[in-house]
Amino acid sequence: MGTLQTLYVVEEWCKGCGICVTFCPKKVLEIKDDKVAIKDLKACIQCGQCELRCPDYAIYLGGQ
Amino acid sequence: MPSQLVDKYYRTESLPHIWCPGCGNGIVTRAIVKAIDNLGLNQDDVCIVSGIGCSSRASGYLDFNTIHTTHGRALAFATGIKFANPKLHVIVITGDGDCVAIGGNHLIHTARRNIDITTIVFNNNIYGMTGGQYSPTTPTGDRGTTAPYGNIDANFDLCNLAKAAGATYVSRATVFGANMIIKQVENGIKNKGFSFIETITICPTYYGRKNKKGDSVDMITDLKEIAVNKVSYEKLSEEQRKGKIIVGELYKGKRPEYVEEYNRMVESF
Repeated sequence: MGTLQTLYVVEEWCKGCGICVTFCPKKVLEIKDDKVAIKDLKACIQCGQCELRCPDYAIYLGGQ
Repeated sequence: MPSQLVDKYYRTESLPHIWCPGCGNGIVTRAIVKAIDNLGLNQDDVCIVSGIGCSSRASGYLDFNTIHTTHGRALAFATGIKFANPKLHVIVITGDGDCVAIGGNHLIHTARRNIDITTIVFNNNIYGMTGGQYSPTTPTGDRGTTAPYGNIDANFDLCNLAKAAGATYVSRATVFGANMIIKQVENGIKNKGFSFIETITICPTYYGRKNKKGDSVDMITDLKEIAVNKVSYEKLSEEQRKGKIIVGELYKGKRPEYVEEYNRMVESF
């Protein structure tokens, strides 16, 4: 896997709905203290499913 | 720091938005912005018009020409904007209550005129902002604060309504299939005429809670299960069709566009 992009979390915008955690195909994410947290960045395949369905723009793939 | 997309097209100082945790409105709004980005439109050439309701708050968060109008009248304002500035890409963001209850008449006549406006309806099956009253899209039998024993009305099929009224691009997608929304908004903007895109979104706070549909994750997972494309739907038996939603591009037509027709009339004198 290329490492062109990485995951970013905007913690102050996250409302902890858990949609990203559910639809992440590689179980990269978890909810910790009512906010999204990156559990296993190495497993991320940069598919962008989390960013696509985050209603609060609190997680995204960005350039390193 | 927000993503490049959000940084470019949102008024980030007004974020986080007021929508509830797990509300689908943010997903649809991002899909619209992504479609505009994919088409490479200049922000100054886009005008976002919204009415009143949860969904209509979207215009305030977006960094384009935006106008937050009165309840049900977004399409009337949009018609005026398109007439005054035909070069603008006019996009209307509206909800099920705004668009087909109080604004129902504006919808059918804007569709009838086939004016070049792209309308995106955030259909969450309920009036969220005012406390969960049932709307024209609340499915028969489902509950709202004003239908505590279940709604006895038949719900509108918005896409059939728009098609019958004369829209020349009609499509439907769910927030689970957000990529489909992006594609449909792109095609809707490209269509020279009235485009109607119904997005099925989720209201976990009112519609979900009143109808015991679980949290936002359960509701999005349900949408994944019940959404089928037109071809697959036609293969289903009557029994299997119950509770399913047809998604995809449902109608494409070609008719003269209203502003062009008007200008042709003016030039003929």
